[in-house]
Amino acid sequence: MGSKTPLYDNHVEAGARIVDFGGWDMPLHYGSQKEEHHAVRRHAGMFDVSHMTIVDLGGERVSEFLRYLVANDVAKLKDYGKALYTCMLNPDGGVIDDLIIYFIADTGYRLIVNAATREKDLKWIREQAGAFDVDVLERAELAMLAVQGPEARELAAPCIDGEWRDAAMALKPFNGLQAGNVFVARTGYTGEDGWEIVMPAANAGKTWDRLLAAGVTPCGLGARDTLRLEAAMNLYGSDMDETVSPLEAGLGWTIAWEPDDRDFIGRAPLEALRNSPDRQRFVGLLLEDKGVLRNHQKVVVEGVGDGEITSGGFSPTIGRSIALARVPAGDYDRARVEVRGKLLNVRIVKTPFVRNGQIRIDA
Amino acid sequence: MSELPGDLLYTKDHEWLRREDDGSVTIGITDHAATALGDLVYVELPEVEQDVETQGEMAVVESVKAASDVYAPIAGTVAAVNDDLADDPEKINAEPYGDGWIVRLTPSEDIDESELMSPDAYQQLLDELDD
Repeated sequence: MGSKTPLYDNHVEAGARIVDFGGWDMPLHYGSQKEEHHAVRRHAGMFDVSHMTIVDLGGERVSEFLRYLVANDVAKLKDYGKALYTCMLNPDGGVIDDLIIYFIADTGYRLIVNAATREKDLKWIREQAGAFDVDVLERAELAMLAVQGPEARELAAPCIDGEWRDAAMALKPFNGLQAGNVFVARTGYTGEDGWEIVMPAANAGKTWDRLLAAGVTPCGLGARDTLRLEAAMNLYGSDMDETVSPLEAGLGWTIAWEPDDRDFIGRAPLEALRNSPDRQRFVGLLLEDKGVLRNHQKVVVEGVGDGEITSGGFSPTIGRSIALARVPAGDYDRARVEVRGKLLNVRIVKTPFVRNGQIRIDA
Repeated sequence: MSELPGDLLYTKDHEWLRREDDGSVTIGITDHAATALGDLVYVELPEVEQDVETQGEMAVVESVKAASDVYAPIAGTVAAVNDDLADDPEKINAEPYGDGWIVRLTPSEDIDESELMSPDAYQQLLDELDD
């Protein structure tokens, strides 16, 4: 038996099929992954993301520490509650994890890192933090719910104390605020509008029931994966890991090169790769033939070389198969993918595939 | 859990077989298999008149989650395939024992029923999986 979130019993009650995910017993779906996917694109769905690791950092030199620890620059965060997506790199420029950092106070930030990488992340952060006198506090007692979809904020608003509700509704994308004993942020992993709400574990069941009663659809890890794939949001362990730099995982935009004298871990190897003509591309693929693209299938670019699908699957919104892939450098817009011995035709497309309920590619 | 149709034979790989009056055998996957796979999104079917061996790969069913091989429970020649699945693979989820059939084979030899399972035996297998 794995670890259980405070909402485990609620999942079982809602008919969840439970699977192991990084040592956690999590809902895969509650009947139909596709219906859950559509619910988020069209109305509102909720995901228990309490398995994710919340880490609060504190100290006089915490900004200086984070400017060294991660590839994006927390100096960009001017207002309290503002969020930053970034990679934490090893000295070779490989990705230890991707995370979101919230600016809480001049001496405090909140990090949300992946569940499957919890131990190594905490170890790495603590090792680096010592030199900066930064306190690293894991907040395992907190639960987190993601409410996502065009109707999500409206349906979830009653879960925020009246005193804070207007301010919560007024949050701009990628901003958060402490609203009494919950922290609410306009962030997510679906390509839809919505909130992620961090709360004391004791409140989680009540909030879940309230959202359920309001018509928010419970959604499992299955729908979470197809939604994030359509939104072309990376999954750690699939699209990047410690052997891959953010530059070859479509995450170049998360690297803050300026100011050029900021020394962050992994900077030197990234600088070397930055202008390399051999740098692999990270692209979106749309399958033109019938079938389904899957992780690790070989991408064949005639006359150029081979690449690999890092995340592949079926897009319920488009009704066809899509993928993210790492492919050789070069100027081309078509390729083929080896599926069970056959070469299927794919087109390289600009991502995201889907955003805010709309198909964004020429399907 | 829905009741298993009593007029079918089953395999430990969660496939079902129905002996038709003309001697052919219709094959599909069970409700248990379809539920475990989740929403089906694509089915790769064999060619009509293709020969298949016992336990040979006969079709592939793909759900949002994963691809899964369908093995031929008996040897034979493909007499028909369910072309409707190309546009509507979810028929397998909706009616696994009816419109969700996958392949019809003309057996190349007498069917050895001792290699297959009765509804009772298959139900017992499912009960054991639940434990």
